Amino acid sequence: MKLLSSQDWQAHAGKFIALWTDAQYAYALYQPAELVATPLVEGAYPALRHKGAAWFQRLAHDGYGHNAIGAADTRPAIEHFRSADGTAPWPEFASPGGEGVHQVAVGPIHAAIIEPGHFRFSLRGEEVLKLEARLGYSHKGTLALMRGKSPRLAARFAARISGDATVAHSIAFAHAAEAALGMTPPPRAVYLRAIMAELERLANHGSDIGAIAGDAGFSFLDARFALHREVLCEAARAAFGHRLMMDMVIPGGVAGDMSSGGAAAILAALLALESELPGLTRVFEDYASLQDRVVGTGVVSPALAAAYAAGGFTGRAAGQNHDARVSPGYAPYEHFGLEVPVEQDGDVAARIRIRLAEMTESIRLIRDMLANLPDTVIAMAPPSGSGSGLGVAESFRGPVWHWLRIEAGAISDAFAADASTLQWPLVEFAAATGILADFPLINKSINASYSGVDL
Amino acid sequence: MVWKTLLRHCIAQPAAPRRQDPAAVAALRQRLAAAGHEKLGRSLAIRHVAAGSCNGCELELRATQNLIYDLTQYGLSFTPSPRHADVLLITGVAGGNMIAAARQAREAMADPVLVLAMGDCAVDGGVFKGSPAIAGGAEAIMPVDLFVAGCPPEPAQIIEGLLALLEVNDILLARPVRVPR
Repeated sequence: MKLLSSQDWQAHAGKFIALWTDAQYAYALYQPAELVATPLVEGAYPALRHKGAAWFQRLAHDGYGHNAIGAADTRPAIEHFRSADGTAPWPEFASPGGEGVHQVAVGPIHAAIIEPGHFRFSLRGEEVLKLEARLGYSHKGTLALMRGKSPRLAARFAARISGDATVAHSIAFAHAAEAALGMTPPPRAVYLRAIMAELERLANHGSDIGAIAGDAGFSFLDARFALHREVLCEAARAAFGHRLMMDMVIPGGVAGDMSSGGAAAILAALLALESELPGLTRVFEDYASLQDRVVGTGVVSPALAAAYAAGGFTGRAAGQNHDARVSPGYAPYEHFGLEVPVEQDGDVAARIRIRLAEMTESIRLIRDMLANLPDTVIAMAPPSGSGSGLGVAESFRGPVWHWLRIEAGAISDAFAADASTLQWPLVEFAAATGILADFPLINKSINASYSGVDL
Repeated sequence: MVWKTLLRHCIAQPAAPRRQDPAAVAALRQRLAAAGHEKLGRSLAIRHVAAGSCNGCELELRATQNLIYDLTQYGLSFTPSPRHADVLLITGVAGGNMIAAARQAREAMADPVLVLAMGDCAVDGGVFKGSPAIAGGAEAIMPVDLFVAGCPPEPAQIIEGLLALLEVNDILLARPVRVPR
């Protein structure tokens, strides 16, 4: 960590990832893993001008009462200012002026089986002029619950920051705890973690691509990809005892070894997916009615992706080549020569193509890792030390970062930044490039987590 | 691709059963026949509300609709509108910011309504129990008829719970009989 004066803090250049505060400092994280801090002065710090900093600054204000001086965006993040009966007044949603502009309100309860959030569209006819997302509905006070607990105990909260990325969050949290306590997990645990993370990536990429096709009225792809997700989840259960592999990754290693039939179940699921994937890809590419819905829809320009330093397939579909598995990188990926696909179009179709390419890569990675699984112990007890540490893991939607400070074996401060935090603004921009009926496709193609940012 | 797949399915040997345990399905269907028909005429519409989940429950809830579990075979389906729904299915904790919205969804539904709390968080707050940001489980929002525990519960358990809800709860009998015009 580098301590900066308030001028240097504001002037610091780089690709911004996250910002948070504790009792003394405001911290900012830049790619690949550069942590800087500035002391809080009367509970305040100078606002950063990076595009992605807004949500973090709003969160620091609502969660800890720390003000970002000079921040342009001071809307509440998670604090909805409820009255005693639980109702909350609606904020003012500014609408771009002009004749015939009207607003459409969606949520917090959505039509599909998804998380809560409010979307306010400003429309002229069908054309979306502006989208404003009001989040915070999933706020559960996760970070505060981690305080005072041992890293092993707090891992349960990290696993529930975003259920679809539970393995990735658990790995990032474990990395942070291990960095803070100066320990290295045994090799077998590192490999098992990566196998679980790639299984999670495969399951989510597949079902999301299917769901996008389903939203375009193409239920065949939806049904097939949902089936593959199911087969992968069942393989995960056979191998690790839980369909989503929740609570399997713990600081110091993994909670249990792979079952004896686990490798066979995973390989069978991979084979089934691999043999159908080219055919499903062809369906996606060949059907004009489907391509018509996804090509040129929900464009995130490379300039916009760069301004927000967007990670994951959202960034990589728009010219960003960042992948936390490569930079800063973590074990065991350095042994497997990871290929990171990059495209420039930034539309729904490009995001799908990136995810299809990543699926092929994940299948290869899992096979290679299973073939080279080291034969060591699977976990070590974390020592009861003190220290602070930063950890990262690449979830299916992008890098997730965890930061911990541990004092005498108990967590005194924690922060978690899901990749979604930098992607929600892009959802807002991408929605404003199309018509209202395209929003479900755009939203699913980025699939930002609600719970992951509301914490 | 679609036609080729269909053709292959027609000429190929019947595939190994890829559904959940056939005996379990048969048992569920039998129970449904006994309980569901008289109460529901084979249709039960579910409105799902995530009141503060981590999205794990939503993943498993969506999985109940896939080709393996095929929730609609039991006459159960999800509906976007609370006006059409018989069951309010709540996932996640009673997050402070969602209480008013969840209550509004309940009020928009026509009585009688069955309320199902799904997942450990909705049962009692789960791991988030005691957080000042939440009010507890689903019961902090409204009375609950059935709890399905699990973090998250597996699709088969969710379907079990939905059918159990039909069996044990007589309040749907109070529904006025629909006379065809």
